[in-house]
Amino acid sequence: MKRRDFMKNTIVAIAGASVPLSALEFIDPKEVLAANPDIHWAFLINTYSCVGCGFCVKACKTENDIPFEANVSRTWVERYVYTKDDRRYIDSPKAALNGFIDARIDLGEHLGYEDVDPDNVGKAFFVPKLCNHCATPSCTQVCPVGATYKTDDGPVLVDRSWCIGCGYCIMACPFGARFFHPELKVVDKCTFCYHRITKGLETACVNACPFGARKMCNIKDINDPVTQVILNERVGVLKDEFGTKPQAFYIGLASEVR
Amino acid sequence: MKNHVWRPLYVVIGIVAAILLFREVYVPGNFGSGEYGFMYSYHNKDNEQVWKDQPLKYQDTGKQKMHEYCGECHGDEVDIRTTDLHGIIPCENCHGPALDHPDDPELLEIDRSRDLCLRCHTLLPYTTSERKRIPGIDPNEHNVGEDCIDCHNPHNPRLEDM
Repeated sequence: MKRRDFMKNTIVAIAGASVPLSALEFIDPKEVLAANPDIHWAFLINTYSCVGCGFCVKACKTENDIPFEANVSRTWVERYVYTKDDRRYIDSPKAALNGFIDARIDLGEHLGYEDVDPDNVGKAFFVPKLCNHCATPSCTQVCPVGATYKTDDGPVLVDRSWCIGCGYCIMACPFGARFFHPELKVVDKCTFCYHRITKGLETACVNACPFGARKMCNIKDINDPVTQVILNERVGVLKDEFGTKPQAFYIGLASEVR
Repeated sequence: MKNHVWRPLYVVIGIVAAILLFREVYVPGNFGSGEYGFMYSYHNKDNEQVWKDQPLKYQDTGKQKMHEYCGECHGDEVDIRTTDLHGIIPCENCHGPALDHPDDPELLEIDRSRDLCLRCHTLLPYTTSERKRIPGIDPNEHNVGEDCIDCHNPHNPRLEDM
């Protein structure tokens, strides 16, 4: 064999060997679609529509058996009041389970209430909050036992039979969306009402909102009207700088809302 | 290497092997990760079904299909309700979750409390929020101690029809 032929053959052999088997495989589009489900649930919150009635919190607690008396909730509504002399108040009495039936600001258990002069109120609004079901959630990363996870269609769930209640995920969540279930003694969080959305129903909170402030959509379906809003209008997410890629989008965010 | 290095190393290797063996036995075989990989979604695959099987409580579903479940039997009433001012409020917000109604419970527990109405009708001086469009009262001055429904009809709240 000549040196030239040897070089040629070597190059051909290397080139042939470097083609992976998978490149020669014929790809069936149906198989690819089945492996990557065309559903990814996302949430849209319009803070302009919210009036702070708290029906969403009540519906959520009822649907998911979260004790009413305990000061924990999977979803909550915050009230932001800005006064004309540039003071800002934020409160969420009992996660707004009973709405905001008091014009005074709830400063907390030991601080009581503070009156705000109605003439002094500059602007005020309500912001519903819930788990953002992030695309790269920090909470599921830190779980030492594999009890909390992100499903293929988006929602972040907790395996109640496997959770050891260590609370790492509660600390890791930048949004404070997780809590310790006082009765089950495991971590609990919003599931996007997984038992409802997988049956084609709305979540309990979306269902209960009379004003359409909360909406859900499949963000992979660009014909979905709610997805269209997320794609085309000016929406924001909370705490983008944490890099968790939240999937709850807000219309009408202010910089104080975090 | 000398013996004094190997002996503790055998112990460590033994411990690691024991932990791996215990893990193999203890962790169910249906553990795995999905589309989001080991970092975000290592879990027991059966648990997804557990969450899907949670019981439904609210049956009347969503804005688009509102009053569908209730309308099956209470059709005429639901038709009237949907045209009045409170028609945007889902039945179950006041009448309670339907659960397996009409079988269980046969009668729903209706929340007729003053606090339920006050969720929306407390006067809050927030002119920049949607709240400004809702008529409000001061709960500490407006007929204190009485139930709203003694005077107001929640299904037809117009004051001229009172």
